Amino acid sequence: MAAGRGAEAWLGGILLCALGCGVCWANSVERKIYIPLNRTAPCVRLLNATHQVGCQSSMNGDTGVIHVVEKDQDLNWVLADGPHPPYMVLLEGELFTRELMLRLKGTSRVSGLAVAISKPSPPRGFSPGLQCPNDGFGVYDSDYGPQYAHCNWTVWNPLGNGLSYEDFHFPIFLLEDANETQVIKQCYQDHNLPRNGSGPEYPLCAMQLFAHMHAVTNTVTCMRRNSIQSTFSLSPEVVCDPLSDSNVWSTLKPINASRKMDPADEVVIVATRIDSHSFFWNVAPGAESAVSSFVAHLAAAEALHKVPDALTLPRNIMFTFFQGETFDYIGSSRMVYDMERNKFPVRLENIHSFLELSQVALRNSSALWVHTDPVSGRNESVRPQVRALVETLLNSSLGVNVTLQEVSQSQPLPPSSFQRFLRARPIPGAVLADHRAAFQNRYYQSVYDTAENILMRYPEGLSPEETLDYVTDTAQSLAEVATVVARALYQLAGGTGNTSAIQADPRTVSRMLYGFLIKTNNSWFQSIIKQDLKGLLGDEPPQHYIAVSYPVNTTQLVQFVLANLTGTVVNFTKEECLNPERAPGADKEMYDYTWVQGSREPNSTSRVPFCVQSTVHLTKALSPAFELKEWGSTEYSTWTESRWKDIRARIFLVASKELEIITLVVGIAILVLSLLATYFINAKAHVLFSSPGDVAY
Amino acid sequence: MTLAVFWGCTCIAFGPALGLCLVTVLRHPLRVIILVAGAFFWLVSLLLSSLVWFIAVKASDPGNKPLQKGLLIFGVLFSVLLQEAFRFLYYKLLRKAIEGLVALSEDGCSPISIQQMAYVAGLGFGLMSGAFSMINLLADALGPGTVGIHGDSQLYFLTSAFMTMVVIFLHTFWGILFFHGCETQRWWEMAAVVLTHLIVSGSTFWNPLYVGSLIPSYLLMFAMAAWAYVLSGGCTRNLLQRLQGQQSETSPQPGS
Repeated sequence: MAAGRGAEAWLGGILLCALGCGVCWANSVERKIYIPLNRTAPCVRLLNATHQVGCQSSMNGDTGVIHVVEKDQDLNWVLADGPHPPYMVLLEGELFTRELMLRLKGTSRVSGLAVAISKPSPPRGFSPGLQCPNDGFGVYDSDYGPQYAHCNWTVWNPLGNGLSYEDFHFPIFLLEDANETQVIKQCYQDHNLPRNGSGPEYPLCAMQLFAHMHAVTNTVTCMRRNSIQSTFSLSPEVVCDPLSDSNVWSTLKPINASRKMDPADEVVIVATRIDSHSFFWNVAPGAESAVSSFVAHLAAAEALHKVPDALTLPRNIMFTFFQGETFDYIGSSRMVYDMERNKFPVRLENIHSFLELSQVALRNSSALWVHTDPVSGRNESVRPQVRALVETLLNSSLGVNVTLQEVSQSQPLPPSSFQRFLRARPIPGAVLADHRAAFQNRYYQSVYDTAENILMRYPEGLSPEETLDYVTDTAQSLAEVATVVARALYQLAGGTGNTSAIQADPRTVSRMLYGFLIKTNNSWFQSIIKQDLKGLLGDEPPQHYIAVSYPVNTTQLVQFVLANLTGTVVNFTKEECLNPERAPGADKEMYDYTWVQGSREPNSTSRVPFCVQSTVHLTKALSPAFELKEWGSTEYSTWTESRWKDIRARIFLVASKELEIITLVVGIAILVLSLLATYFINAKAHVLFSSPGDVAY
Repeated sequence: MTLAVFWGCTCIAFGPALGLCLVTVLRHPLRVIILVAGAFFWLVSLLLSSLVWFIAVKASDPGNKPLQKGLLIFGVLFSVLLQEAFRFLYYKLLRKAIEGLVALSEDGCSPISIQQMAYVAGLGFGLMSGAFSMINLLADALGPGTVGIHGDSQLYFLTSAFMTMVVIFLHTFWGILFFHGCETQRWWEMAAVVLTHLIVSGSTFWNPLYVGSLIPSYLLMFAMAAWAYVLSGGCTRNLLQRLQGQQSETSPQPGS
């Protein structure tokens, strides 16, 4: 009995194994028919208070015959001449322009689009963002500086074609792998080209794109549907999620995060954004638009913490990293809202001045421009403070290879988080940028805003470790900007010592640039994160999109880097570090304690973990419109992202309709014939099977 | 390849079997039981032979292509022999069943003869074999694509459907022949069934040269059909008489 049961278990085990393996492989017939495209990025649907933008496919995917468009004339086949509509267009990256997209939008002969990423980047620049980013959510409107509203004075992003904010009724995918693009082009050349003057013959090469989005119309509609589902359904089908994540902030002198600051205390805020966007989902390299600024900010924070009298400065300095600024200032509007309602330790009254770093990596001949707000600059109480602030900045650039210049005082502020603070209260502040009027960044919020865009070049033949530490010109330039910012902040905080000793470390800057633009899975990042977060680090360039589930990788990495650069190592055990109330000398209210995994010992695979004491905190970055449930708000950001079930792409051959109909007709004929034949044979069986013999039928 | 191809291939593959089932089997509950049990026996034989093949494949080097091809041929051989062994086992079971049916009946006569059982058992084997060959393909036939992007023939679905139809017929006729051989102790009939089964399965290795597998299979099917017809008590005289009888309706037939 026991042996029998054992054998059964063994048999059962083998069967389960067989089934499991069968499930892992794709069905072999499916492999004969389809080639899946694995390295793609879709365009998804985003919604705000009034519009839906992005792309949509049918519920079961959109299929079309592939046509490769390499020059403008090829488009005529798709739009007019081709005999087998609808077509799936494979577009070269340079042709991805607004004119072409509007032509495709207006026709019903196109069932989808695949864009092959252009290497090298298009030389004339490409920006799918708006010409006037975050228009209507900054400080300039009909009451406050109407001549500056809607980019009437300066167009910040002249190359912007606004494609990210158009609504397309067909799916659009980005082909990131040149090998897959070549496979598709080969299939096209084998099957879809016209032969001997006549049209192409079946079977034809086709592509199917699945990207069905659940949300429609605008945020008001989808949030209303969400609330109906949550109220009445046991398993609610949510259709969209608000874009949200966390802001990272830290102070030079530790403050009690659970209590409010004394009204007499003053804080100098330095701010940058940490997110970007592009036409395609979760592809947001953001090198110039975000990474350059927050890397310089982090380096300045490190330099300031090394100053000996940092803890005795009259004013505190708050290093703030805002998430979601690309989508109508989600992070900064939330922080201002919290400050107004006393939900944040710092209040608006405590803010002495504000310094923001915008895009700073593409400095033309070492020039860095200081932008100030012209409207508050005319305010009599604020004006002298603004002037003093600009003076401090200009003084801080002496001795550094940075030429700080002030832009014309009648020019408005570029799109920046500072504008949200100005909406609440006139605060003296300035925005530092590498552009005087229009952006220097020709790839603002596009897939091409990568390390090459900020001219990060490494010599050939370096190992990953050497590349991590190699100081490029870009790193040197950003370190100089960080030095200027650190010196200016020291003086703004009331420091009276000699500032020439304050220097940002170019090696730290180059490590951060490598980690945030090329590969997060490097030895330095590995040593500063917590042990259970190894999935945070990858081998591909990181993407800095805010997304809907938090915290995203970028926020966590900025948090750990800031803790490492500005915190101190304390001699606690793991138990004490994870439970600071039990540790002697730990102050849970003033500090945050993190147990990081540490670096690897040489000649060993184990790491030496340690405890870091820092003043780094996270605060929620969800637009106040969702807290207040004002989904149609024009004052706060209302961006949401639709939900979807299945996003994939594949190519295959399609047969002609004639062959399909012939198969069906033959099948029905055989069925009818066999039914009739069987009926008649059965009816006459006594005649047909009647010969005598050893048969009893 | 969309719904048209799905329905077309289903009808081609299972149309004749459906006709046979509807007309001859489904109205007789005993025959239904034998049909389903026959299908189950075939299924068990496939399970065991696939286990053996699976273990052999896992124990060998996946990169060695000639070895994998050899293992596949061995697997097919083993599977055919196992299917025929299970057919024999099923015959033994049905023989026992007839004794039970005789004991249960009122007039000492079994309600179903061994020849009817042979036909239904063969049909059961064929249906399950056809299902296993074809359902997989039909599921993929529903999608928008057709076979061919890697260079395979476009007629894959059609030829698979025709092959399935011929295999279902063959199993039916093999059932009749095999059981007749077992009943009358003519071992050469059973050997012929095994041999033709091996030939048909082996001919599928000619694919994608579909002429090499379909034509021999259909020729063998017609040969088996004729043999089974003769063994079941039919003869060409009756067939011709029947046709003549149809033409001259007035003259009554002598008692047939």
